[in-house]
Amino acid sequence: MKGITKSFYGIRANDEVNFEVRPGEIHTLLGENGAGKSTLMNILCGLYTPERGTIKINGEKCFFKSPKDAINAGIGMLHQHFMLVPVMTVWENVALGDKELPQVLPKNKVIEQIKELSDVYGLSVNPLAPVWQLSVGEQQRVAIVKLLYRRAKVLILDEPTAVLTPQEARHLFRVIKKMAEEGHGIVFISHKLDEVLEISDRITVLRKGRNVGTVAKEEASKEKLAEMMIGKRVAFAIDKPIQNPGKEVLNVKNIKVLGDRGRLKVNGISFSLRQREILGIAGVSGNGQEELAEALTGLRKPISGKVFVDGDDVTTGNPRDFMKRRVSYIPADRKGTGLIANMNLRENIALRKYWKSEYTRFGFFINWERIAGHTGKLVERFSVANPSLSYPVRLLSGGNMQKLMLARELSDNPRVIVAVQPTWGLDIGATHYVREVLVSQKEKGSGILLITDDLEEILALSDRIAVIHGGEIVGIVDNPDKVTEEELGLMMAGTKLEKYPVYDLKEDELE
Amino acid sequence: MEVLISILAAAVRSGTPILYATLGEILTERAGVLNLGLEGLMLMGALSGFWVAYSTSSVTFALVAAFLVGAAIALIHAFLCVHLGANQVVSGLAITMCGTGASSLLGRGLVGETIKGIGVLPIPVLSKIPIIGPVLFNHDPLVYLSYVLVIGMSWFLYSTKAGLNLRAVGEAPGAVDAVGLDPVKLRYLYTVIGGGLAAIGGAYLSLVYTKMWGEHMTAGRGWIAVALVIFAIWHPARAALGAYLFGGVGALQLRMQAAGTSIPAPLLLMLPYLLTILVLLGISIKKGKGILLGAPSALGVPYQREERT
Ligand SMILES: Nc1ncnc2c1ncn2[C@@H]1O[C@H](COP(=O)(O)OP(=O)(O)O)[C@@H](O)[C@H]1O
Ligand SMILES: [Mg+2]
Repeated sequence: MKGITKSFYGIRANDEVNFEVRPGEIHTLLGENGAGKSTLMNILCGLYTPERGTIKINGEKCFFKSPKDAINAGIGMLHQHFMLVPVMTVWENVALGDKELPQVLPKNKVIEQIKELSDVYGLSVNPLAPVWQLSVGEQQRVAIVKLLYRRAKVLILDEPTAVLTPQEARHLFRVIKKMAEEGHGIVFISHKLDEVLEISDRITVLRKGRNVGTVAKEEASKEKLAEMMIGKRVAFAIDKPIQNPGKEVLNVKNIKVLGDRGRLKVNGISFSLRQREILGIAGVSGNGQEELAEALTGLRKPISGKVFVDGDDVTTGNPRDFMKRRVSYIPADRKGTGLIANMNLRENIALRKYWKSEYTRFGFFINWERIAGHTGKLVERFSVANPSLSYPVRLLSGGNMQKLMLARELSDNPRVIVAVQPTWGLDIGATHYVREVLVSQKEKGSGILLITDDLEEILALSDRIAVIHGGEIVGIVDNPDKVTEEELGLMMAGTKLEKYPVYDLKEDELE
Repeated sequence: MEVLISILAAAVRSGTPILYATLGEILTERAGVLNLGLEGLMLMGALSGFWVAYSTSSVTFALVAAFLVGAAIALIHAFLCVHLGANQVVSGLAITMCGTGASSLLGRGLVGETIKGIGVLPIPVLSKIPIIGPVLFNHDPLVYLSYVLVIGMSWFLYSTKAGLNLRAVGEAPGAVDAVGLDPVKLRYLYTVIGGGLAAIGGAYLSLVYTKMWGEHMTAGRGWIAVALVIFAIWHPARAALGAYLFGGVGALQLRMQAAGTSIPAPLLLMLPYLLTILVLLGISIKKGKGILLGAPSALGVPYQREERT
């Protein structure tokens, strides 16, 4: 790939990028969130059309009008969001798009081929299972089997480890190495330095859409890569002041919650959260975290169990009841649940306020001047970069959207903050900012429930960690400084460790 | 017994036009496109079928013409919704309104005329089977064709490659695109075929049922078909069941009127539509018990390749 340039709405996502892969090589594309890695690879697999630049395969110039051309050229991509059809079974997903199959689908033949591939590569999948029932890790295996089934020669893996436990990631690395040994060219995308150093033969770093350079593994070090990736030397460390937790603000007793499809997603979870405490809930996403968060903010009613905020039973409360008790929610889904993408900054800030008497006139009309004043102050305090307060929030960057949401949710000095994946998809600067704000809010007295699959984040911020798997807490870590990522990974995969027992409710109540 | 058999046979006959429209809409919606223009498509199909049958005396030509007219109108819908990403509800409603108006206008000269139309053609051995014979196999060829369609479509959807592609494009057009198939082409194709089938449903009314053309002769059957797609959970076999149920209610209503019940006629005329409401109510209450009860995930959502979802 030479001189690839691509913009979205005037923003250069790729700017004159050069990139190459050789057969049998694992070439890593490293860069921060938003650096343009996915864009570059979506161009290589035919989904995006570049404005400028050329692609050559085996020295021959190619022009990809659609993914079909790229597939014919032997390029296969494991997308960040796997692009599977959830209602269909695994074998149907694998068969989808296979031109060589006869019109009447030879189900058993496809299943056999899937089994063969999964044996050879150690990618266990059940060909008859519907995809929506599978865990994220399983879905990823299906997507990889699908690539191998299509006999792709160049395999692009877009942040494959982001959704895996450390153990699963290790297993994936073995699969990747095996594929490389067989002569596949592999593009591995990541922003985690340790794993990049572990697996790559060569590393190309992207920063703000530009190619900063390519280094061989031997010449690379963590410091050097970090500097290339971020541009300046940074020592971002959050100090986690030891606090004496205060009184209990949130108490959850044995709640069970159903998911969207009527399946039990939270299966009897209990814990308590105190003031000046960050309780991290670690787990691979899809293990009941979203449902738990929604049950603690009134968006979903538990089918059994109790939720107490400051001692009041709010189990059956609606979101407004939770807001009135100063429970704040930072959902993972920024543009859907957290903010209203087409509304402007003022309106989004108003969402949490407009019914309060001080923001209305005659108790009915919204007092926009008040709201605007309030928004102006918040935007300044949280340094939300914005052209104007009447700008639709969908046009803000991810980092600024998140700051705006934090501004709104933290503005009334909450008792409880439920934060789900608060730094997902943000660049390093914004990530650091969000974490700092959370920690300082903790010092001001909030109890924070931090739900994320980012182990680094959990370890950096939490005072206690509970690990969730299959809708249950499998272990509680009282001293996060002592636990290793391996131990967390094991628990995230559902293994109970003796070192980290789940203390039961009674002990908690005795305190 | 006699009466029951005749009502059941009438149920099949009056269910058939709805069935064609429902099957057409199932194809369209499975591809992820919502077409609320069924009523207009059926009217245009009824008119064009009648017109061609009237002037050429060939029912084959009449059916081909109806299909082509329906397909052509659906092509407009596909262009607007698939190509330009226009609002599918608005475009569908526009088709219904234009179809209603245009068919009234163009059909003025044909009101009152009659044609020979398509007659009954009992299937030799099968029609002699007791009960089943007279109910299912003593009809016109279009009824038999609809049986073939129902069975064929069920098989097509779940056992063929093209069927797999069709289901996938209504669920996840992005995934279809990523494996090198063309979601736009697929959506065009099934929207057009669906439109053609709906028009055949309309033509059934004018060629078989009444053998006449009348303004608004579909009388809301297109809307019933839209609701039936949901009742059928996008499955052809259940569509047949639903269509015959509605046909049966309609037939029953006619009998009761003929027998001179004391129930007021308007109330009886409302029956099929009341049933529609009840069916929708039932479905919605049952919903959420499993993903399989749901609509195709991408139904009504335009697909644009580089657009973020
Ligand atoms: N389909 C799209 N529409 C609009 N903007 C996009 C789209 N894809 C990517 N971008 C923008 O391009 C930039 C690079 O994004 P991406 O390639 O996804 O980064 P990475 O994969 O390195 O995290 C970001 O600013 C992102 O917002
Ligand atoms: Mg990416």
